[in-house]
Amino acid sequence: MTKNRFPDKQGLYDPLNEHDSCGIGFVAHIKGAKSNEIIRRGLEVLKNMDHRGATNSDNTSGDGAGIQIQVPHDFIVKQGIAVPAPGKYGTGLIFLPGDPQEARLCEAVLEKHFKEEGLELIGYRDVPVDSSVVGEIARGSEPVIRQVFVKATLEQDALERKLYLVRKLAEREIRESSLKEKSSFYIPSLSSKTLIYKGMLTPEQLRTYFLDLKDPEMKSAIALIHSRFSTNTFPTWDLAQPFRMMAHNGEINTVTGNRLWMHARESLLKSEIFGEDLKKLLPVIEPGKSDSASLDNVLEFLLMNGRTIPHAICMLIPESFNDKNPIPDSLKAFYEFQSTLMEPWDGPASIVFSDGRYIGGTLDRNGLRPSRYIITNNDMIVMASEVGVQTFDPSEVKAKGRLRPGKLLLVDTQLGIIIPDEEVKAELTRRYPYNNWLRDNRIEIDDIVVKQRVPSSMGKEFPVYARVFGYSKEDMKDVIGPMVMDANEPTGSMGSDMPMAIFSEKPQRFFSYFRQIFAQVTNPPIDPIREGLVMSLTNYIGSAMSNILEESPEHCRLIKIDSPVLTNTDLGKIKDLKHEQFTHSVIPMVFPVAEGEAGFRKAIDNMLEQAEKAVDDKMNFIILTDRMVSEEMAPIPSLLAVSAVHHHLIRTRKRMQIGLIVETGEVREVMHYALLLGYGASMINPYLAFAAIAELIRKGEINLDYREARYNYIKAIDKGLLKIISKMGISTLRSYHGSQLFEAVGISKEIIDRYFTGTPSRIGGISFEGIFNEALSFHKEAYAGDPDDLSFTFDGTFTYRKNGEHHAWNPQTIGLLQWAARNNDYSKYKEFSALTDAENQKPVFIRGALRWKSNPIDISLVESEEEIMKRFVTGAMSYGSISKEAHEALAIAMNTIGGRSNTGEGGENSERFYKNTRSAIKQVASGRFGVTNNYLINADELQIKIAQGAKPGEGGQLPGYKVDKIIAKLRNSTPGITLISPPPHHDIYSIEDLAQLIYDLRCTNPAAKISVKLVSEQGVGTIAAGVAKAYADLIVISGCEGGTGASPTSSIRYAGLPAELGIAEAHQTLVLNNLRGRVRLQTDGQLKTGRDVMIMGLLGAEEFGFATSALITLGCVMMRKCHLNTCPAGIATQDEALRKRFTGQSEHVINFLRFVAREVREYLAEVGYRKFDDIVGRTDLLEQYRDTELMTVKTRDLDLSKLIFFPEASKKNPLRYSNQTVNTVKDMMDHRLIREANKAIKSGEKVWIAHDIRNVDRTIGAMLSGEISKRYGEKGLPEDTINCTFYGSAGQSFGAFLVKGVSLRLEGDANDYLGKGLSGGSISVVPPAGSMFVPEENIIIGNTILYGATSGKIFIRGQAGERFCVRNSGALAVVEGVGDHCCEYMTGGRVVVLGKTGRNFAAGMSGGIAFVLNVDGNFDYFCNKGLVELTPLEDKNDIRDLQEMINQHLLHTQSLLAAKILTNWDEYLPKFVKVIPFEYKKVLEELKLRELERKLQLTEDNPALHY
Amino acid sequence: MGNPKAFIKIKRKDGGYRPISERTGDFGEVEQTLDEQDRRDQASRCMDCGVAFCHWGCPVGSKIPEWQDAVYRGNWEEAYQILTSTNFMPEITGRICPAPCEKSCVLAIHKESVTIRENECSVVENAFDRGFVKPKPPKKRTGKKVAVIGSGPAGLSAADLLNKAGHTVTVFEQDDAIGGLLRYGIPDFKLNKGIIDRRLAMMEAEGVKFKVNTRVGRDITEKKLVADYDAVLLSVGAMKPRDLVVEGRDLTGVHFAMEYLKQQNKVIRGVEFSETERLSARDKHVLVIGGGDTGSDCVGTAIRQKAASVTQIEIMPEPPVDRSKDNPWPYWPTTLRTSSSHEEGCNRRWSLITKKLNSIDGRVVSAEVVGVEWIKDEQNGRMSMRELAGSSEILKADLVLLAMGFVSPDHDGLLDKLGVEYDSRGNIHAAKSNMTSQAKIFAAGDAARGASLVVHAIQSGREAAFHIDAFLRG
Repeated sequence: MTKNRFPDKQGLYDPLNEHDSCGIGFVAHIKGAKSNEIIRRGLEVLKNMDHRGATNSDNTSGDGAGIQIQVPHDFIVKQGIAVPAPGKYGTGLIFLPGDPQEARLCEAVLEKHFKEEGLELIGYRDVPVDSSVVGEIARGSEPVIRQVFVKATLEQDALERKLYLVRKLAEREIRESSLKEKSSFYIPSLSSKTLIYKGMLTPEQLRTYFLDLKDPEMKSAIALIHSRFSTNTFPTWDLAQPFRMMAHNGEINTVTGNRLWMHARESLLKSEIFGEDLKKLLPVIEPGKSDSASLDNVLEFLLMNGRTIPHAICMLIPESFNDKNPIPDSLKAFYEFQSTLMEPWDGPASIVFSDGRYIGGTLDRNGLRPSRYIITNNDMIVMASEVGVQTFDPSEVKAKGRLRPGKLLLVDTQLGIIIPDEEVKAELTRRYPYNNWLRDNRIEIDDIVVKQRVPSSMGKEFPVYARVFGYSKEDMKDVIGPMVMDANEPTGSMGSDMPMAIFSEKPQRFFSYFRQIFAQVTNPPIDPIREGLVMSLTNYIGSAMSNILEESPEHCRLIKIDSPVLTNTDLGKIKDLKHEQFTHSVIPMVFPVAEGEAGFRKAIDNMLEQAEKAVDDKMNFIILTDRMVSEEMAPIPSLLAVSAVHHHLIRTRKRMQIGLIVETGEVREVMHYALLLGYGASMINPYLAFAAIAELIRKGEINLDYREARYNYIKAIDKGLLKIISKMGISTLRSYHGSQLFEAVGISKEIIDRYFTGTPSRIGGISFEGIFNEALSFHKEAYAGDPDDLSFTFDGTFTYRKNGEHHAWNPQTIGLLQWAARNNDYSKYKEFSALTDAENQKPVFIRGALRWKSNPIDISLVESEEEIMKRFVTGAMSYGSISKEAHEALAIAMNTIGGRSNTGEGGENSERFYKNTRSAIKQVASGRFGVTNNYLINADELQIKIAQGAKPGEGGQLPGYKVDKIIAKLRNSTPGITLISPPPHHDIYSIEDLAQLIYDLRCTNPAAKISVKLVSEQGVGTIAAGVAKAYADLIVISGCEGGTGASPTSSIRYAGLPAELGIAEAHQTLVLNNLRGRVRLQTDGQLKTGRDVMIMGLLGAEEFGFATSALITLGCVMMRKCHLNTCPAGIATQDEALRKRFTGQSEHVINFLRFVAREVREYLAEVGYRKFDDIVGRTDLLEQYRDTELMTVKTRDLDLSKLIFFPEASKKNPLRYSNQTVNTVKDMMDHRLIREANKAIKSGEKVWIAHDIRNVDRTIGAMLSGEISKRYGEKGLPEDTINCTFYGSAGQSFGAFLVKGVSLRLEGDANDYLGKGLSGGSISVVPPAGSMFVPEENIIIGNTILYGATSGKIFIRGQAGERFCVRNSGALAVVEGVGDHCCEYMTGGRVVVLGKTGRNFAAGMSGGIAFVLNVDGNFDYFCNKGLVELTPLEDKNDIRDLQEMINQHLLHTQSLLAAKILTNWDEYLPKFVKVIPFEYKKVLEELKLRELERKLQLTEDNPALHY
Repeated sequence: MGNPKAFIKIKRKDGGYRPISERTGDFGEVEQTLDEQDRRDQASRCMDCGVAFCHWGCPVGSKIPEWQDAVYRGNWEEAYQILTSTNFMPEITGRICPAPCEKSCVLAIHKESVTIRENECSVVENAFDRGFVKPKPPKKRTGKKVAVIGSGPAGLSAADLLNKAGHTVTVFEQDDAIGGLLRYGIPDFKLNKGIIDRRLAMMEAEGVKFKVNTRVGRDITEKKLVADYDAVLLSVGAMKPRDLVVEGRDLTGVHFAMEYLKQQNKVIRGVEFSETERLSARDKHVLVIGGGDTGSDCVGTAIRQKAASVTQIEIMPEPPVDRSKDNPWPYWPTTLRTSSSHEEGCNRRWSLITKKLNSIDGRVVSAEVVGVEWIKDEQNGRMSMRELAGSSEILKADLVLLAMGFVSPDHDGLLDKLGVEYDSRGNIHAAKSNMTSQAKIFAAGDAARGASLVVHAIQSGREAAFHIDAFLRG
């Protein structure tokens, strides 16, 4: 047992990136009756969620499972332990090192603290375990497990606190000790109330491993359980859950910031309960644990300090309380007050918690994790991620429900009641007069009286300032101009082919060295527009007195701001405030030019000193400013200044006492703001950007009034910020503030460690000298030039300029490549590749700085070009984003050479399925456009696009004017209707969800490979490991350089990371986990030459994607106008006239790829290997290119050793795909259904089938449907040919991709994703016979129903969860109640809701119609009216449609509600509201008009016929 | 960028030439101009490409998309500023540049490139008309002195920038007027000489000193020059013409093209020539040997002088009308170029070499030419020529103009005296920094790189100016 937990940080692998997600739940007796049954049921629940966990490469080690129960007193007594009465002693399992001596030392530490804190050790007990059940990996780190017993004559709560104190002290002492195996020491729990059993086990193993759990004497009224799906395969017994107070399914996106702020707060903590002992509890957060563990630490800390569970939870994970949320004002005041104490721990979360008395659960404000519960008539409550994990007789069930976003479910087992959310929260609002406190103390910026206006224009100063801060013509014209005009960030297209900041020969703004990170797979990004109800930019500034253990009016004595962008006048107001609570100190961010680098360093140190002094002087804000720049004084890069001050104050524990405002001429684009906020600034005054706006107006380039222009600019920045935070899955600026969600590329360790502590920076780079040089060069330039010259120059960022920024695609490279490809001229290709590679030596991309070691063999020995070309694919570009001609040329080319083309998101004409224009790769993206069963069945590879290089974490939009008839048909929508692709897949909120989608696709088309497309960022390796464990066949790692048809320019430039870092990290991590043999790795990102392919292959890639280069061979000239539909090359356009200009031919692509393969072959001979396979992942053959001529002050400290790190594990684990595929669908129920439906499939004969079903039976009907598609294509079978009835709880994705002719009836309930991608089938769900509950008041199906459905119908007798009919484009649905976000992004179909709806109904709905029974008359409030209008039902056709659908519902489900409505039609009809999108209505009316015209023409009355 | 869809809706529209019958009657500029709205529409066709191939194709790197946009928006002053930021006299290139920019314009793929050259011209003319062009003498003088020898486009371009950088610049010209090739090499029907004078006036107002009729090495010793100035720029052109080495070369009526063009330019300027000195094509059968631009200028001049016939012959084969497969966009097209002069009535012949000039009374009367074919060596790709048997013919010619290009600068005199080194082609050898083998003596333009386009000379002058400035500032 030498190795415990994770491997150390090595190469690009960093254990900090580990993610997990899980199945969670609890079973409890509401009245607190203890029984063994509760534990037994708890363990069963766990087992039934087995598919939500994962197993490792040894296929037996689980990722972790655990159970929390009440201290089983009777059992303990039975063991002969001399414990006093319950509540008078504490107990807990202790994980100890295997070395007996070290184990003893650990125990001694514990005993010492027991003694010191006045506790008396009763003794230990060896916990009996069956080690034979655990897997190999888990066994390698299996701890010795003992149970400790300790007593004291104290009140139970006091005893509990002592136990907590001792645990914290012991943890710290051992953590700081020199024990070799100290990381094996861990205390799962130490309490007089609860006991936790857990380990690196599968749910099944938990019960067999801990023999205690089999004992019938074990009794508890609660059982809280958790099973873990981790991205890694490393032995981590301690990270199994539950933790002491809770179990968490989800991810805290802001955890970096939360931890830092918590650390900063510690100096201000004062506890009435612990008094001086408080210090012993620090640090509150145990270092080196997971995000969930950190949250648990804080929760436990708050509870031990006297907070109630609901209070603490509402502070840590508050529900959204902006004006779109229907909660009482008093509760809003409570939340607002809490928000001044602590920022939210933001991210998708489903949490179950218990302290032994209370047990309950909550969801974060977005509610993205499923949580369903059942209450029985005999007081049992079972809550879990899935329904059906416990079966009850229908007559036993009292109610079925789900947790709702932001709402609490709380059971008090002592009082024996369930306390409803409203009641819990009403109680909280009554603690203090929060409303009055806020009114009297919290100031809104608009409430402060203006003493003087501060002008925006800087007059003659402007050009000098603009130069000092490096303004270019592009900043004016392409950045600020569009924001001012459109109140939106500018849009661009194609990828970034410029050198990264570190490689650029041009001086850079310091901001440019950072890249945004984003959410993928393990947590979903948010749609900040459509789901604006959870978003907020509100922040506070002022002296946070934050002792978070108290509540007082002083806590909210703050200034509240709704946007972090501060106008000059607002800043003036703050400066003028004379209030003693709002004092400030101004600190200059400038350095004396004359004193050189030393002066620069000194200026920074001075700044830090002054900041600290400001705190000591009891100032409330610091204003960092560079307004005073002059010929003598140059600005310090604002980001460096802000982060330096922020980190310095955190280190000195003075950060919480003071607010940070920045007044700078440097910021102009959204990314700049995001960086300053992410590194600690609260408010930003961009005085020079304002002056630039004034200048644009003065010159007449913008025809707006200044106030309007400024308003637009701020709005654009705000929107952009929301986009940046939401792509990380974060809802509030409060949590984003200081969360450092960036990776630095090209900054030296020295700078990072000092000023950007904790920021990943993996290739080293610019040091003090470099930063100083760049900071100075702008200043020098500014004062050297003609002061009267008002013009700016282009710096060549967005468009190529001679003497501007280098672009890899420039006239020469484009010209040569087209020449070579068109004329099939290899010598021209060699000119092209020689030029490209030479330019890349500077380098442009990281790969340019690497080279391989040569050991030549004869080229005749090397495998053929054909073999190599099989590794090539083209990028995912939809027909829609590119023209038919271009799309088909790519397909033909790839089919010819044995590679694969990718159809992109947007479907494919089924006629192409049987021709050589077929795309072998069919993409499944978040919009699910055109994803029908038939589409899936006709693919060799199904690619789940999680993210796109040019805009990871963002959705997309195809404007209505681009949606012509054909595109609409392929995407199952209506011409002219805008199509929105959401940022997340609404069926992938976590890694286990991804596993589910992979399973769905595999069931539908078992012959296809399933690939998952990710984008490079730090941590992509661990995500890839998780994806491999989810049984994907292929993982694509895209570089941030990748292209796009339309994306915000800031995303193109600043989001995601280079492909090299991603592929290397993914490869290394997979090898470390011994998962590399399970999957193929593919990469893309501006690949152009054989050299690129070789380097990426050596770094770990097996397959290679070409997109931009392939388009260039087809005539693309990098216009970067794809988003305008004006492509003059006829590629990125649907315009008929422009498409005629297309000059490309598939041969051109073939020629190019053949040349690349030829070149690769030459290089293989040079490296000395016969097969490409032999060099995959051979980083030992690579070295960093260090040509001194090419080194600059900036690049000389570049260090790529992590990138080419060759892990020790590489010597024994496979380095490439080695056929370790696991068949995951061999046992699914559809195999049986297919046999039973044989006659129907073969001859169309009708069949009836019936089965019991359980929640582990997932994706029912998809494979059966696939068989039908294979034979009958899109049209399926006649309706109701195959009729299946199921009894019980259906697993996820019931009826997914169900085709026409198949009807499923479910008597019971269903989990999430029912009817996903419904392709013509029919589904009805009814409560089981004998049910006692009222169907329309209970939830019987889960979340995200009919996602991406294209046709078919469903009838649900009962309520559905959130996001019912999300992205439905043609299915009919009747349901009796829905959660939030119903009909989101819907583009077609009809939905009838015969009951209550949640919030945000119809967000982003651009087509289809919904009819809602407005029971309470307040539907208006719950509807997002951005795109839709609400009308009463007046049209005869509508009324008939509605009646018909309700009638169908009655026939399918025998719904009493439907019967009541139909029989009382006159009473109910006026209560229905029709929800129809404006756009859709217009199109429908036009269609009607055209139809009318057509009919008219057929009659003789048509006057046209009389001529 | 202005209107992203304009190129789809608006067709390319050239100003076109004045009618042939009218324009051949005078030496006025042949090109017409569009009205302002049309011009702005034409500018709106620029697509502001992500990769501005035009800008790359332009030797001075004119920021074409930027000023097209300004023209589209009607901001003529801004357009002018952008234009002059890379080229000190766009009024020249706007008239006579063969516009490589237009050849590499993305719209040229479908033969509808933006009218960049004409747009350029109209920007400058607008700027002059609206008074945007004002002398801007430097605010500070450095006290350094620079001598520029030769007042062609390279010399002037360098002089302009060096002056603006604050150095005191004197331009020496051996001829009687400033302008070099611009002044006397290009006919007035392509470039009205007032255009040059207008710019020179501006430069003088900004402080550039011009010395005409001053031949360095004769009127002022090179030693004194080198002693008096902190830097010297040799921008003397590549004036040594390629000669025709055949029997009859020395006959009366056989002239170098430049001799012929220069005289006509001088005549228009008001210089008088005696009957014997006068080189006129009137009523003559003119044979222009050489198919390039200079030859074309001879054609136009001869037509205006009322020649009886004009024939232009070229040794190379007739280029294709469209780009060949091996000559793709965006590279310079070697396709058939037809000038306004060609349209005016000229017999163009290809693949002919001159074997001999025949005479009567010592005056040339005809030329014996023979057809050739060009064969590509499959090995090295080089073309070689073979005479076609039996293809000999006699062309009537009583004025023969040799327009076969230029070899190098004249070495005799100044250059040899200065002792500068030459490259293998006889041009002045200059390093990347434009410095010659002699300290503080620089070279630019045709003298350093061989005969080429005016726009290359301008760029070369700019580069030399940057280097000289850097040299002077140490």
